[in-house]
Amino acid sequence: MAYAQVAVAHDDHSSHDDHKPHGWRRWVYATNHKDIGTMYLVFAGIMFFLGGSLAMLIRLELFRPGLQFFDPLFFNSLTTMHALIMIFGAIMPAWTGLANWQIPLQVGAPDMALPRLNNFSFWILPFAFLLLLSTFFVPGGAPAGGWTMYPPLMLQGGASFPMTIFAIHLMGASSILGAMNVIVTILNLRAPGMTLLRMPLFVWSWLITAYLLIAVMPVLAGAVTMLLTDHFFGTTFFTAAGGGDPVMFQHIFWFFGHPEVYILILPAFGIISEIIPTFARKPIFGYEAMVYAIASIAFLSFIVWAHHMFTVGMPLAGELFFMLTTMLIAIPTGVKVFNWCATIWKGSLTFEPPMLFALAFVFLFTIGGFSGVMLAIVPADFQYQDTYFVVAHFHYVLVPGTIFGIMAGVYYWLPKWTGHMYDQTLGKWHFWLSAIFVNVLFFPQHFLGLAGMPRRIPDYAVQFTDWNMVSSIGGFGFGLSQLLFPYLIWKCIKHGVPIGNRAWEGAHGLEWELPSPPPFHSWETPPTEAVLARAAVH
Amino acid sequence: MNAPRTTRPHRGLTLKLLAIALGSFAFGYALVPFYNVLCAITGLGDQTALARRAVAVEQPDLNRTITVDFMAELPSIGNWTFHPLVRSIQIHPGKLYSAEYFAQNLTGHDTVAQAVPNISPSKAAAYFHKTECFCFTPQRFAKGEARTMPVRFIVDPSLPTYLDRITLSYMFYDDSTHVGAKLIAPPANSRN
Repeated sequence: MAYAQVAVAHDDHSSHDDHKPHGWRRWVYATNHKDIGTMYLVFAGIMFFLGGSLAMLIRLELFRPGLQFFDPLFFNSLTTMHALIMIFGAIMPAWTGLANWQIPLQVGAPDMALPRLNNFSFWILPFAFLLLLSTFFVPGGAPAGGWTMYPPLMLQGGASFPMTIFAIHLMGASSILGAMNVIVTILNLRAPGMTLLRMPLFVWSWLITAYLLIAVMPVLAGAVTMLLTDHFFGTTFFTAAGGGDPVMFQHIFWFFGHPEVYILILPAFGIISEIIPTFARKPIFGYEAMVYAIASIAFLSFIVWAHHMFTVGMPLAGELFFMLTTMLIAIPTGVKVFNWCATIWKGSLTFEPPMLFALAFVFLFTIGGFSGVMLAIVPADFQYQDTYFVVAHFHYVLVPGTIFGIMAGVYYWLPKWTGHMYDQTLGKWHFWLSAIFVNVLFFPQHFLGLAGMPRRIPDYAVQFTDWNMVSSIGGFGFGLSQLLFPYLIWKCIKHGVPIGNRAWEGAHGLEWELPSPPPFHSWETPPTEAVLARAAVH
Repeated sequence: MNAPRTTRPHRGLTLKLLAIALGSFAFGYALVPFYNVLCAITGLGDQTALARRAVAVEQPDLNRTITVDFMAELPSIGNWTFHPLVRSIQIHPGKLYSAEYFAQNLTGHDTVAQAVPNISPSKAAAYFHKTECFCFTPQRFAKGEARTMPVRFIVDPSLPTYLDRITLSYMFYDDSTHVGAKLIAPPANSRN
């Protein structure tokens, strides 16, 4: 059997050191970057379906005007928990999982630099989410004040309030430790000859993302700690009665929050920059410009936070400053989009599932970027603030943006991880269903927002009914289509066709120089200069 | 691994990164005094300045006297009684005054009415501040109900000197024929 022979060949390749613990010890005591990466990705997948289920309940309630299924407080819990689970449970762990799997393979390192810390970063997460999810069962219910946790509303949360804060602390610690590990790996463990400007763009995007994480996650930890001490220890950071100011929380929160949205998207930029050259069979256009564009976006992300709070009352000079710096972000982002287009230009394109997701990413993320520029315009934002237009905007950058980026990455590297090619027809079905339904789901929300439908409401005026129904149908379709994804992965692992080192003929990079799947311990001998030269084409 | 490929130890870099993280945590707290300093320098949100401004409005200009006339209008005759209790008063700018309007519902059913104010000359409008007014909210009237409704106002002392007479008039709309009133009025009242 071909499958058996390939498996035996893999064992021969590294038989001297391919020992690994078996059973539960392999996972609980895991220090291998591939095992930890897998655990991160599985965890993210579970959270994606959990957060998605909450979104289905939200769309169910919004299918018709009136209160059908949930009381308003529980509805608010649904929106809050959906956001917290998707951001901190699905997207961020998925990126860390991809980083764990790919960065050592791509820079020629034998493992992550700090393997035990790596184990600790991952195993914090299940406990953090156990704590967060258990708030559904405490008196007063799950947090309902929105993921932004503005006081004084957040302080009225009942028993869920301190539990949410501690869960955020744990998630923050996990991300910070994970980010430190990524930076140390990239800066200290690159193979000889793998200079910084030879690194794949996914590694570059993660290096910059990791610095963002270290810079802003502690600020969030500080902000929620202030909430905690305001509530339980008599401080008055955000209590006007004691000389504090609730608007202060918004400033501190969004000082974290805006870099956070780039933390969610930058690794996707990296992945797309790997996939498009592979399937266009051309080197990426403007490699260095791509690196500098990511760095510029990361820098700008620190000086635009108040565009989330134009309506709190701000001097005109402040509004102009934040409006103009926000619009400035369109320039490096435009550089990236144009470079992707230039890479496609005159390429020999094929449309395998990773490429389909990558192309949809470029198109649909750009729509989200355009509505972002609209929201940056102060007088327009006064109209759009807290409407469904904002919901449409950030879902366009997060779902066909970030989530498609993650899926593109999984479809790209799944043959490498499993050693098997997946069912590409099924993958294309998954793509087309996702791409169509995601637009049915979120595009009408632009119309609803422009017509004045507010966010975070369980009931709405009757004139919004039609587009809400369309949006809900899109939501159910998108949610159900995602079930194909775990099935496809299971099928790939069990019944996929064994595949050689280079799963895609146009793929370059050190990971494709290794067998598929790579041995448990890879790059124990650093790649030679010849291998590096073959891998780093840009 | 027999030959470590890096001479740089991980410990140094890890500790530096940890220091950045701790510094960021401290920076979050430092934002609190930072914003206070920023507000002190720029005067944004300065509570004492706001208080001073409030006091300044409370200082009436007793050397100036201005006539305020009150008018009442109805879009159609017969369904309502609507008029001010006093037609005209003399006021000093910067002082708070109160006036009352009388209205009676003669429409024969429970209804809701909305007063829409107008100030003339229009140049005076920016200086005429209503602190409370029956025109701020829809007024619900039972069948045949009659009552007086207050309006409180201050005329800004910076009113241009060439103005010495201001007219405040209200148009009193019966809202029951509009869709909006149906939503406002409780269902029990719409039987008539």
